[in-house]
Amino acid sequence: MPAPRAMALPDAEIVAALKRGDEAVFMDLVDAYTPGLMRMAQTVVGDPAAADEIVQEAWFAALRGIDGFDGRSSLKAWVFRVLLNTAKARDSHSIAFSAAVGETEPAVDPDRFLGPNHRFPGGWMMAPSEWHGPDDEFVRGEIRASILRAIDQLSEAQRAVITMRDVEGFPAEEVSAALGISDGTQRVLLHRARSRVRGAIETQLGAVEPNTFALEHS
Amino acid sequence: MNCKQFVELVTDYFEGALSNEDVQRFEEHIDDCFWCERYLEQMRTTIDSAGRIDEDSISPDAKDSLLHAFRDWHSGQQPQVREPG
Repeated sequence: MPAPRAMALPDAEIVAALKRGDEAVFMDLVDAYTPGLMRMAQTVVGDPAAADEIVQEAWFAALRGIDGFDGRSSLKAWVFRVLLNTAKARDSHSIAFSAAVGETEPAVDPDRFLGPNHRFPGGWMMAPSEWHGPDDEFVRGEIRASILRAIDQLSEAQRAVITMRDVEGFPAEEVSAALGISDGTQRVLLHRARSRVRGAIETQLGAVEPNTFALEHS
Repeated sequence: MNCKQFVELVTDYFEGALSNEDVQRFEEHIDDCFWCERYLEQMRTTIDSAGRIDEDSISPDAKDSLLHAFRDWHSGQQPQVREPG
């Protein structure tokens, strides 16, 4: 799908077009942002039907509040923030970001590394093997399916962060600001989420190999 | 730096959140370790692929109701034109 035309415009011009009542620009905006907004809404409320309503409400709220957009963040980040506020207003539960960071969670199963008494402590025992042909259509499909499943299985806090950062492509500062978390918390959650998603792809592809050299030289 | 430590620093490395000394140790480890170099590449592929998940499109019904909402909102924004006299 080609990028909608209006998305090439600077945010200020998009806002001006909305105020003029330019329906084409509004529909381009809807096409461009709604899938990501849906993903975010589902992260916050879980239920797809409720997420659908929240996205609609968020669009209404964004139009009503358009004068409040001051250009300090991108328009997209602002619309996402409206969505998060809309979701919060409906559903008193909020995501436990700080609690999520408190728990330790290694990026890779510790059993895959050599133990402290080995000649190479902390080295790979069961190492990552190559993802054959990530350019191959089939492998790409497998990777995509693994990512979607893995993101679904993350904690809410991790899912919110990876959705905004890696799926939607927001910069770190906008994600921290929209979610109301520190840069450090954002980074920890992002790291765990990415590590889990990488692990899910690896499992799907069966891409693990023993480090025979280290195992033979223990 | 060993491999177990390396995998915990990948995001900090990408985000520029490591000290200069840690960046140097991280990069030295990549030069020495074939598997961690591969691991780093796989993290890049993961991030890149997450950004290219084909998005589900919005339903025509939902689009229609948003378009109506937009028209209502815009007509509410217009100053009311008074009939002369």
